[in-house]
Amino acid sequence: MGKIIELQSVNAGYDDEIILHHVNLTINDGDFIGVIGPNGGGKTTLVKIIIGLIKPLSGKVIYHNNNFSDNNKRLIGYLPQISNTDRVFPISVLNVVLSGLAKPRKLVNYFNKEQVEKAHEILAEMGIGHLAKKNIGELSGGQMQRVFLCRAIVARPRLLILDEPNSFVDNKFENDLYNKLNELNQQMAILMVSHDLGTITYYVKTIACVNRELHYHESNTISQEQLSEYNCPIQIIAHGDIPHTVLKKHN
Amino acid sequence: MENFLQLFNYQFFINASLAAVLSSIACGIIGTYIVSKRIVFISGGITHASFGGIGIGYYFGFNPILGAMIFSVLSALGIEYMTRKTNVREDSVIAMLWSFGMAVGIIFVFLTPGYSANLMSFLFGNILTVTRLNLLLLAVLSVIIIVVFLLMYKTILFVAFDEQYARAARLPVKFVNYMMITLVALTIVLNIRVVGIILVISLLTIPQTIANIFTKKFERIILLAIVIGLIGSFSGLFLSYYFDIPSGASIIFFLVLLFFLAKIGKNLQTFFRIRNQISEEAGKSGSL
Repeated sequence: MGKIIELQSVNAGYDDEIILHHVNLTINDGDFIGVIGPNGGGKTTLVKIIIGLIKPLSGKVIYHNNNFSDNNKRLIGYLPQISNTDRVFPISVLNVVLSGLAKPRKLVNYFNKEQVEKAHEILAEMGIGHLAKKNIGELSGGQMQRVFLCRAIVARPRLLILDEPNSFVDNKFENDLYNKLNELNQQMAILMVSHDLGTITYYVKTIACVNRELHYHESNTISQEQLSEYNCPIQIIAHGDIPHTVLKKHN
Repeated sequence: MENFLQLFNYQFFINASLAAVLSSIACGIIGTYIVSKRIVFISGGITHASFGGIGIGYYFGFNPILGAMIFSVLSALGIEYMTRKTNVREDSVIAMLWSFGMAVGIIFVFLTPGYSANLMSFLFGNILTVTRLNLLLLAVLSVIIIVVFLLMYKTILFVAFDEQYARAARLPVKFVNYMMITLVALTIVLNIRVVGIILVISLLTIPQTIANIFTKKFERIILLAIVIGLIGSFSGLFLSYYFDIPSGASIIFFLVLLFFLAKIGKNLQTFFRIRNQISEEAGKSGSL
């Protein structure tokens, strides 16, 4: 147990526009953080900063060294927004999952038997073992999302990051997904960006509200006041009653 | 048939056949990358930009193909660099480079004293007059492409499929993209002699489109595209020789014909499969 990633007074944005102001966030082993906030509030920017896709304008991102001696392990597993993927690209499901085991900074990537087996195992674990040889274009939205989850976790990362994993999938899969994430949370920390407040609060342990600034709540309850404060165009679909706990105001 | 084999006694025909084989291999592999990654428009831009290099080569009296190689590689790297910038409209930039290269080429060719009959062979290509140097360069390029793909196939595939994920996984995305766009540019230029500037994009896309009718796997599209490229270029070669028509045009004409045949064949296959299924089901329910 320990710190995985720390953001220290990070400012981030593009060119002359600062999108995130003075963000402090520490992600620890065992965390299950839900990231919520309005569109354009900086949720995706936050994810990009954590992953290292963009550099902060100021402030620090500290990666606490992962002493993984095993070649098949990674610090971060990432599930990007599904809408960004090219659905007719000629690539097999197995290859997509194997890309989760590709070595960083290496041009030459061959996969040994053990790694191919690992990929098959994880597909079977997600209940889509029979799809390994299919082309990704032949899959449904839910199946594709499962494949991308496999890619994200095949290297057993310490931190799993999910960007809107519940878009383009049916309700049944959504429930399966959240149950699976609960299970995975035993082995890895999870940070999940979501629009769906009702569901997210049901599963996550803590909540980070992102709207230009980041406010961290050490609890998974959320109040109506908070919702209106963020001006989120969100419909709450709750599993059971929403607990009406009012958190302290920011600051 | 004897007549046909006798052709191989001629050096020019051996050269043309070698060109057909080499260009099918290079275009088969690189074309699959182009089609899968949807950079057909970028490739078209690079193709036409290379004409600037040809014109400059003519004017200053060095090999136009070398000029085209430099010009197209530079414009390819330029386009790749530009696409990294978020505030640029990529397609407009490509269109500008596309016509800028043509403009430079036309100006320099115009300024070059004397009429250059050879110019037509750059616009429309002639596989029967492929030079020894061009052949040698094409051979070297084909070997490089094969080696690169044997070694880096998976990395290239991962980067082309999902660049954002590849960057997050710290794969060498930048290097792969610059390397691949350079190979695309070189493949285009060295095939200009074969089918010409105007038609070269077809050599990089039609075989893949045909292959894609039958398979959806990257490596199988490559292999099938090479075979289709070979069929297309040899058929075009013979059409060109016997009817004395430009080789580039006959190759492309034959490939498009092949595309329609493949499409019709595939549709018929699907039609009969479904019909059989229906009659089978009807048979089953009838026996109940």
